[in-house]
Amino acid sequence: MQIDYYIYLSVALFCIGIVGVLTRRNAIIIFMCIELMLNAVNLLLVAFSKMHHLKNAAVNASAGSDGQLFVFFIMVVAAAEVSVGLAIIVMMYRNIHSVDINFLNRLKH
Amino acid sequence: MKNVLELSYLIPLFPLIGFLVIGLGRKYLSKSLTGIIGSGVILFSFLLSVWIFFQVKEGNSGVVEYFNFISAGSLKIPFSFQIDALSSLFLLIITGVGFLIHVYSASYMHHESKEHFARYFSYLNLFVFSMLLLVMGGNFVILFIGWEGVGLCSYLLIGYWFKNSEYNYAARKAFVMNRIGDLAFLIAIFMIIAKVGSVSFGDVFSTEGLEKLAPSATIITLLLFVGATGKSAQIPLYTWLPDAMAGPTPVSALIHAATMVTAGIYMIARSNLLYSLSEVTQNIVAYIGLGTALLAATIALKQNDIKKVLAYSTVSQLGYMFLALGVGAYTAAVFHVMTHAFFKALLFLGSGSVIHAMSGEQDIRNMGGLSKKLKITFFTFLIGCLAITGIPPFSGFFSKDAILLAAFEHDERGKILILYSISLFTALLTTYYMFRLLFITFTGKFRGTKEQEHHLHESPALMTVPLIVLAVLAAIGGFVGIPEVFIKGGDKLTPFLSSVIATNHHPVSRSTEFFLMGLSGCLVVATIIFTWFRFKNYQPKEQKGFGKVLENKWYVDELYDKIIAKPLSKLAAFLNNFFERFIIDGIVNGVGRAVNYSSRQLRLLQSGQVGSYVLLMVLSILLLLLYQFFIKK
Amino acid sequence: MGVTQILFWILSVVALFSALMVITSKNPMHSVIWLIIVFFAISGHYLLLNAQFLAIVNIIVYAGAIMVLFLYVLMLMDLKKETEPKKNRWLKLAGAVAGGSLLLVLIAALKKADLANQFAETRTGDIGLIENLGKVLFNEYVVPFEISSILFLSAMVGAVVIGKKE
Repeated sequence: MQIDYYIYLSVALFCIGIVGVLTRRNAIIIFMCIELMLNAVNLLLVAFSKMHHLKNAAVNASAGSDGQLFVFFIMVVAAAEVSVGLAIIVMMYRNIHSVDINFLNRLKH
Repeated sequence: MKNVLELSYLIPLFPLIGFLVIGLGRKYLSKSLTGIIGSGVILFSFLLSVWIFFQVKEGNSGVVEYFNFISAGSLKIPFSFQIDALSSLFLLIITGVGFLIHVYSASYMHHESKEHFARYFSYLNLFVFSMLLLVMGGNFVILFIGWEGVGLCSYLLIGYWFKNSEYNYAARKAFVMNRIGDLAFLIAIFMIIAKVGSVSFGDVFSTEGLEKLAPSATIITLLLFVGATGKSAQIPLYTWLPDAMAGPTPVSALIHAATMVTAGIYMIARSNLLYSLSEVTQNIVAYIGLGTALLAATIALKQNDIKKVLAYSTVSQLGYMFLALGVGAYTAAVFHVMTHAFFKALLFLGSGSVIHAMSGEQDIRNMGGLSKKLKITFFTFLIGCLAITGIPPFSGFFSKDAILLAAFEHDERGKILILYSISLFTALLTTYYMFRLLFITFTGKFRGTKEQEHHLHESPALMTVPLIVLAVLAAIGGFVGIPEVFIKGGDKLTPFLSSVIATNHHPVSRSTEFFLMGLSGCLVVATIIFTWFRFKNYQPKEQKGFGKVLENKWYVDELYDKIIAKPLSKLAAFLNNFFERFIIDGIVNGVGRAVNYSSRQLRLLQSGQVGSYVLLMVLSILLLLLYQFFIKK
Repeated sequence: MGVTQILFWILSVVALFSALMVITSKNPMHSVIWLIIVFFAISGHYLLLNAQFLAIVNIIVYAGAIMVLFLYVLMLMDLKKETEPKKNRWLKLAGAVAGGSLLLVLIAALKKADLANQFAETRTGDIGLIENLGKVLFNEYVVPFEISSILFLSAMVGAVVIGKKE
């Protein structure tokens, strides 16, 4: 499978995620779009790891495993991030009873 | 024996130390201690100057270089002193007369408070230091440093009693007029640097240097002369000197009679080789000098302030010196500087004595008959008058006669006796106004108040002793320059100065010389007698017509005010109101307002809206990528 | 068109479509569901590339834990219908344009790259097997592994602290 296709797919997913972040106002939806972006990247990483494996398998048996391990760690971080992020959103909801990000303009001050 | 001359730095060093010590310790030193230090340092300098003088007389003269002052590219300006005949002579005059005046001041200014007394002496020491730098400088730059320094001290001392705003105006006027001359001087120095590449006297006045300067000699010498007119109060920059009488009398004696005003003469005498290259400038110098002498003398005829008469007299005598310079009689000019220092300082100090006795009164219309109570003052003043009018055997006779003779010689070549006749006429005017002053002040009946009469007393010894010393000098000072016609080899001055000043002698016959001397002598005596009869029973009366014009100094100050001062202040006011307020303030405030506006706009960016932040992030990444992939090759 | 290719295309279409539905759904619950479908599609891609471990972990962690968490929070909000008022039309457009142009730029840039004839190995390759990954993980990347446990700890503590009632 040519690597091109994986790249285009991954880029497309990533951009969709960006459009989602820019377009939506619900904080939770925005968060989800961020997860979408992360996944796009994960996919690309795995694809590249396989590409490297294909190229260097003769030299080194575990040539592309770095990529997949990196994806593993990304998932680890994403999980941690989600838990904390959602905790914040819950706090926000408790205070202002809305998850609209336009109300989050405290950074103005 | 160069190393002996190297000690010459001590000469200006002592007054500098005096300035620092007295200036810094003015709150702590007692008046007598201040006076001793202030006068003592000048005495040291005088003794050193005497020693240097004898060194030079034996032929030991030269340039002593101390350190490199300015070094820029190929231009090297060292801090050097030139010790030769001309500078050593001036050294003697400055330190000698200066010392006497310091001693005099210790008594004259004794009623000032301790701090102000010390301030006075520190300024006076600083002045002497600057003047010494001026005459000892080995190049134009060091000379200019001293030149500026004396201008500064003149300002400080004229405005010594700073609480009086009139005096402050006078000081400011002096400084500004000096400055105008200084600008011309500076331009001349720049031109010299451009043409010769050095400012040292040795380089500039060497044959190569003069060759390089010859094409622009006229303009350079003219500019130097303008500088001299500012410093030495010639037309058109002379009006500051009479106003400078606002300062204490010893200041007028030292600065405005004996030393600072002679700086211009010194400078031109030093540059005599350069001036000989340009006949145009020489003529201008002579005629301006003559014109100034005449103008000032006419004004002095009708002045009623004792110091103002002497001030105009100074301007007039300076005119004589410039006349001498203009006709090429540099030695005669320097001679007159010397004798003038003696008798003018004497006259000023004498007037100080009179003012002191009259409890501060300076108007001669309120004086009279003082000879009875102020015997020493009267006698020394009389000697001063005799000297200035040129009665033999007093000093003024020899120096003034030398100038008149030089003028005559110059005229003879052109066949019109204009220089001689006008200068002779001016000499008669000098006689008239000086003896008018003498008679009105010292003879006749006393016209002052009863209180002043009660207070009349001769001055203390610290004041009268310098008067006596100066009187002796004024009497015998001329004997160093006895003309050839009397005694062969009697003129000691010209050979002494010949190492610095090139003499070109066009002698007149002996009989002509005697005739001229006799003519001037008789006319002077006649004038004295005429004046005696005119003023022995003087009653002040109002001046009318031409007399009024003279009394008001030909309205020159008013003229200057009208055509220069007022338009300048109008221009300044205009610039302030229009230019400053609208344009410059507009720009400055405008910048402020622009920043304000843009910051408010920019602030909107910080909306706190996360969404817009992200949008911006994305846009920036977009731009970066575009640039990276498509624009960068 | 081999099986691989067909599968690839199907999975890609599903992924892309679902992603678009995620960002355009009015109801947030629906967005969550679509996102889960995306994750499943991505996992399918992983399987296609023989990254077995990651495929399973993706489903368990992402679709299973993270999305469930999202659902919990959403249900807590009790957002039945989309309550957000009309977002500024122009901003939406700007966002879409920005994202779209980013896509275009990236694709254009990548088209220039010399990537043709590089293949990703599909359906074979040992490295995706859990055994081999584990070997590499615990031999070379053991330090990051330990640190990630600390990361989890801090995340837990953080979440609890933030979420406290007072």
